[in-house]
Amino acid sequence: MTLGSVPPKFKVGIDRDQCMDCGRCIENCSYGVYRREGDKILIESRKCTACLRCVAMCPRDAITITEKPVDYRYHPVWTREVREDIINQARSGKIILSGMGNARNLPIIYDQLLLDACQVTNPSIDPLREPMELRTYLGKKPKKLQFRKTESGDVELETKLAPNLKLDTPIMIGHMSFGAISLNSHLSMAKAVKETGTYMGTGEGGLNEALYPYQDRLIVQVASGRFGVNIDYLERGAAIEIKIGQGAKPGIGGHLPGEKVDEAVSRTRMIPLGSDAISPAPHHDIYSIEDLVQLIRSLKEATEWKKPVFVKIAAVHNVAPIAAGIARSSADAVVIDGFRGGTGAAPKVFRDHVGIPIEVAIASVDQKLRDQGVRNEISIIASGGIRSSADLAKSIALGADAVYIGTAALVSLGCRVCGNCYRNLCPWGIATQQPELVNRIDPEMGAIQVANLIKGWTLELSELMGAAGINSIESLRGNRDRLRGYMLDEGTLKVLDVLPAGA
Amino acid sequence: MCSSLFISRVIEMCGIIGFIDKTRSKIDGSSIKAALSLMNERGSGDGAGYAAYGIYPEYADYYALHVFFDNLAEPKMKVDEILQQSGEIVHQEEIPTTPQPGIKKVHIPWRYFFKPSEDMMAERLASEKDVVTAIVMQVNANIKGATIFSSGKNMGVFKASGWPEDVANFYGIENYSGYIWLAHNRYPTNSPGWWGGAHPFNLLNWSVVHNGEITSYGTNQRYVEGYGYKCTLFTDTEVVAYLFDLLGRQHGLPHEMVVQAVAPPFWDEIDRMPENKSELYKAMRLTYGSALMNGPFAIVVGTDDGIVGFTDRIKLRPLVVGENGNRLYISSEEAAIRGLDPEVKNVYTPRAGEAIIGRFIE
Repeated sequence: MTLGSVPPKFKVGIDRDQCMDCGRCIENCSYGVYRREGDKILIESRKCTACLRCVAMCPRDAITITEKPVDYRYHPVWTREVREDIINQARSGKIILSGMGNARNLPIIYDQLLLDACQVTNPSIDPLREPMELRTYLGKKPKKLQFRKTESGDVELETKLAPNLKLDTPIMIGHMSFGAISLNSHLSMAKAVKETGTYMGTGEGGLNEALYPYQDRLIVQVASGRFGVNIDYLERGAAIEIKIGQGAKPGIGGHLPGEKVDEAVSRTRMIPLGSDAISPAPHHDIYSIEDLVQLIRSLKEATEWKKPVFVKIAAVHNVAPIAAGIARSSADAVVIDGFRGGTGAAPKVFRDHVGIPIEVAIASVDQKLRDQGVRNEISIIASGGIRSSADLAKSIALGADAVYIGTAALVSLGCRVCGNCYRNLCPWGIATQQPELVNRIDPEMGAIQVANLIKGWTLELSELMGAAGINSIESLRGNRDRLRGYMLDEGTLKVLDVLPAGA
Repeated sequence: MCSSLFISRVIEMCGIIGFIDKTRSKIDGSSIKAALSLMNERGSGDGAGYAAYGIYPEYADYYALHVFFDNLAEPKMKVDEILQQSGEIVHQEEIPTTPQPGIKKVHIPWRYFFKPSEDMMAERLASEKDVVTAIVMQVNANIKGATIFSSGKNMGVFKASGWPEDVANFYGIENYSGYIWLAHNRYPTNSPGWWGGAHPFNLLNWSVVHNGEITSYGTNQRYVEGYGYKCTLFTDTEVVAYLFDLLGRQHGLPHEMVVQAVAPPFWDEIDRMPENKSELYKAMRLTYGSALMNGPFAIVVGTDDGIVGFTDRIKLRPLVVGENGNRLYISSEEAAIRGLDPEVKNVYTPRAGEAIIGRFIE
């Protein structure tokens, strides 16, 4: 082997004075960092992913993890990452796999957008004392209403409304499939969305029976692999989502490693045990916008036009006209997934280099739909890297109706963003199917954690709106007048249609 | 700000008055001037204005276009050209004014009486009103040194930077007689000395006086701009005129329903309504969510067939109503109403979001 080994990413240490030799680190580490030999706990640092499970479980705070204990000679161009990717590929001749979202250190537009608040000339509104309305309806809305006068002289509505999803808060949980994540993760999130009056996506992995009690809060997904799709599945969902693309890997299909396909996953997805589930890059019945229109209509026909149908696309350069095309179909919402969207497994080169930020995608889609007079035809759901209530508020001010969160929900279940989701070893019981790991999540507790996150963000959003003198979410939506850009270049400000701070 | 980058807009507080005689019996502007001056502590001498309906009976079939020109050379030449291309000017003149020590005449107020030609409507534009609206948007967005600030029939807006008395004396407001009057005393927090920023704001026969700040401005602006309106006057109030034109004229909603769209009931109330009504209000909020106006405001709108007054949904700005026979008064302060009509009866304060409507008895 001429290449030899690369330096370990992390160095794990145990403070032997603190350690009480309880062995919880050994039990908890599914990557096999720790083992007992005689009366000593030995450490193999090279296996560590910094998932921090051992640190969280150590009763004595005896464990330390240091990043990059041995580093390469510094070079601004030939970074450690670049060199190691080359070494890996020299060994394997393969595509490099990765997990979670874009890991490049690019500027985050959300962090350079600032929200407004009232002072003197208009009063802020106190959500503790005044009504604050976050209720959001997702789906087609008429451009205008027609009324008729009844014989008694009353005004009656003539226009018929299309079915809409009613959300108590504009935060939904995005599509992460059973297979990519565990059943207990799904159960935790399903219970949480039911409690908080919102919805979650099933992902493309079908619908496990254990989730049937929550089906009126689930958006079922039809992706290019069509895993788990049958009429029963479609009828159970509150809405149906066609997944064209995903922000973490625009232009390619899903990838579920065979390690994660156990019996339950295989049955739910309707695929053979242990086989890789690779969804094709395009849907094999969609080669143009009119084919998509037909699929939407077929799904609507199959479910008697009772359910909204969403279309999810990755935020790519041409996202605005694509969304405008979708708005002209019978689709009820377009989901835009930005380039920071997470995933269980994606080729690293896609995760880190393909697609555009969600902030500019929301802005250009909202603008295009308005230019073409079709904004009411379709709701905009934004996703991909939404980390806080501030990101949520900014997304809505840019023009989104609601957001999907993914990684944030997983972090509320314990995820520490170590990025090894594709290995089926997740020590937090999230991105794994191994029963002893999955059982580390108690769905009742998990549901409380996820619901707490949604509640916390909802409270913060109410406060931010009240401070801006707004008591209804409609008045925040597309209200870019209440945003200012800080240290953003003029081109970006123009796309965002946001003034610079101070103007 | 509106379409152009890097220009911020003006926010302001103010005193407002709305008056209608439902039998179309006219009053002259002197009492309106006196009543508005009673609210001078709500203004700062930086702007005042009046809208009067019924003042041009001899030109009742023509659109009275009131224009601020910076000079009568190039800007006027361009406006003349646009108007001549799109219709007929039957009469035009400088609006008579008398110099006032408190007013610096930065614009020349001009009026045209104009009728769009039918040829224009044969194209893609559907009606006279669409042609006039398009002309107003084109002039205000593209012609430097010209602003059309009033474009209705048999009505007109008179406004400038200054105290109410000075503005009234400048235009000789007592020489006009109308059956609807709107008046506004301005306290801008940003003072560009820009006459176009004074109220009332007008498009066609919609005129708006507004006390408050619209926190949903960005949303409302994006919404109306999606229908071809251009916000060019650097203040949030103009969007109200466009919302009324869009919903009231283009979408054909009755005035009460326009008010319900811009200041709708809360979901709690909608949920408690009987099913038919609840469905109707839900549809209103879903369809016209972007027209919802947030923030503190009290507004009076003058229309073809009367006036409408209303406040924001939690009534963060004052509004008082008084009635006396066929006359209806709406104002920020009771004192102004009593100044207008010492005999006024039935003075009350409407509920938040309630539409106060005064219509002509035909």
